[in-house]
Amino acid sequence: MSLDRQQVRKIAHLARLALRDDELDAYAATLSRILGLIEQMNAVDTAGVTPMAHPNDAGLRLREDVVTETDQRDKFLQLAPATEAGLYLVPKVIE
Amino acid sequence: MHTKTVAELAAGLRRKEFSSEELTRAFLDRISRYKDLNAFITVDANKSLAQAKAADARLAGGQAGALTGIPIAQKDIFCADGWLTTCGSKMLANFTAPYDATAIARFNDAGAVLLGKTNMDEFAMGSSNESSHFGPVQNPWDTRCVPGGSSGGSAAAVAARLAPAATGTDTGGSIRQPAALTNLTGLKPSYGRVSRYGMIAFASSLDQGGPMTRTAEDAALLLGVMAGFDTRDSTSVEQPVPDYTATLNNDIKGLKIGLPREYFGEGLNAGVAKTVEAAIGEYQKLGAKVVEVSLPNSRLAIPCYYVLAPAEASSNLSRFDGARYGYRAKDYTDLLDMYGKTRAQGFGAEVKRRIMIGTYALSAGYYDAYYLKAQKLRRLIADDFARAFEQCDVIMGPTTPTTAFRIGAKSDDPVAMYLSDIYTISVNLAGLPGMSIPAGFDGQGLPVGLQLIGKYFDEARLLNIAHRYQQATDWHRRQPKGFE
Repeated sequence: MSLDRQQVRKIAHLARLALRDDELDAYAATLSRILGLIEQMNAVDTAGVTPMAHPNDAGLRLREDVVTETDQRDKFLQLAPATEAGLYLVPKVIE
Repeated sequence: MHTKTVAELAAGLRRKEFSSEELTRAFLDRISRYKDLNAFITVDANKSLAQAKAADARLAGGQAGALTGIPIAQKDIFCADGWLTTCGSKMLANFTAPYDATAIARFNDAGAVLLGKTNMDEFAMGSSNESSHFGPVQNPWDTRCVPGGSSGGSAAAVAARLAPAATGTDTGGSIRQPAALTNLTGLKPSYGRVSRYGMIAFASSLDQGGPMTRTAEDAALLLGVMAGFDTRDSTSVEQPVPDYTATLNNDIKGLKIGLPREYFGEGLNAGVAKTVEAAIGEYQKLGAKVVEVSLPNSRLAIPCYYVLAPAEASSNLSRFDGARYGYRAKDYTDLLDMYGKTRAQGFGAEVKRRIMIGTYALSAGYYDAYYLKAQKLRRLIADDFARAFEQCDVIMGPTTPTTAFRIGAKSDDPVAMYLSDIYTISVNLAGLPGMSIPAGFDGQGLPVGLQLIGKYFDEARLLNIAHRYQQATDWHRRQPKGFE
């Protein structure tokens, strides 16, 4: 499987990576090489094999529905590039 | 002081031969003297010395644990409250962690001193430390070579005696491979043994934190502090932590060592093969028996991993959006443009490649062919280990196919770089514990690592097996020239 510029552009868009046009060929070449490596998987018949998502087959634990974290809003907001009135600021999305 | 192991330093602190403050100053001095190695991203002497003074008070009060007053270098993937925590990325180059990872909190509770944050491949994606935003790290055994990765800064720091011990994280070999390339003892615990809370996520079903030390005894001391159940990590396993030091000296007569024939074939450097075979011969002298085992699907571990790890990474790294913390691009037109530019500028090339591979593998129409297929292979790889362990107690082989390579040798070829983890990746896929221990040197004087793979939650046994070898050999005591 080899990817062309158009496909790389689409994947980059899905991943929210604003690649420049002059980068697309280089990414297309390396990503195609990596996909070539990945396609060695097809040499094995996996019909009837149960997929393994995780090394722990045990299910997730439940806990009491109680408050366990303290309010640290101000501390966390200090890390943000832009805030106002206790909220994160991003460019306007609704006119 | 800097040539002593953690166990020896702990004994010295108790006997009042030196204080934690003196010890911490001595290592801080060495860090600044050998800063060309580029092993550390952040050093904060005032913070470290404050912890050292508190440890000295605790030691004087007779309330010291095994690690009280011991300076430990922390991989910059672990959040430490008030410390810059970059994960080797421009994306987090301005990020001061607002809380402690559980592993850090446990070291703090034990009275250990945080000596500094070590350099690493960006978001732990790499096998050479060259993908770090903060530049490559030199291998103390040959400063023209890489120290391995992704925990390359931790490896170089401990190998050059800039720290008595360090932590690393291992998603596909990132503790064991750099340990092998720098003559260290590195342990990747079983999945679920060490809490991942506050350890910046790369691939959540594979990541594990663990110790990088000079001896198995020191690894036992560090793991004893790091391991344990944590309600804040939903994959943490609720099982008691044994005293890993208590069983170090157990007899290994009759130990059954499985040698997977697939680990000794094509692609393995002759010098590494010879050294590993000699190490296994040493185990036979100690009374171990050798049986041949087979891991027939191990050649598929790399393709399988390079679907699953990037898929999980593409999801985990979606949190870096420039809205809440970390880097934000300067100029943008709207929200989508802010995301796209922030991420394109904040992530390096290897991280972008992996995010895109993962995005592609999870995208509509490709999910079954890539992600589901890889999960099925993962099952086959895990089943191979289960079958092999019916015949043996431990599996041994090389940690890496070659010794340390030159800085720049593979940086333009990601696929060549991926192959340096060929013997370590399957262990993460199966969730098993794995170790690398010093086994000798090749013709160029570069260290060779012996890999030990254990049954699930069998860390105590691995440490015992490693310790017995270190009682009979002195490879782990060798020090790189120029760092005396």
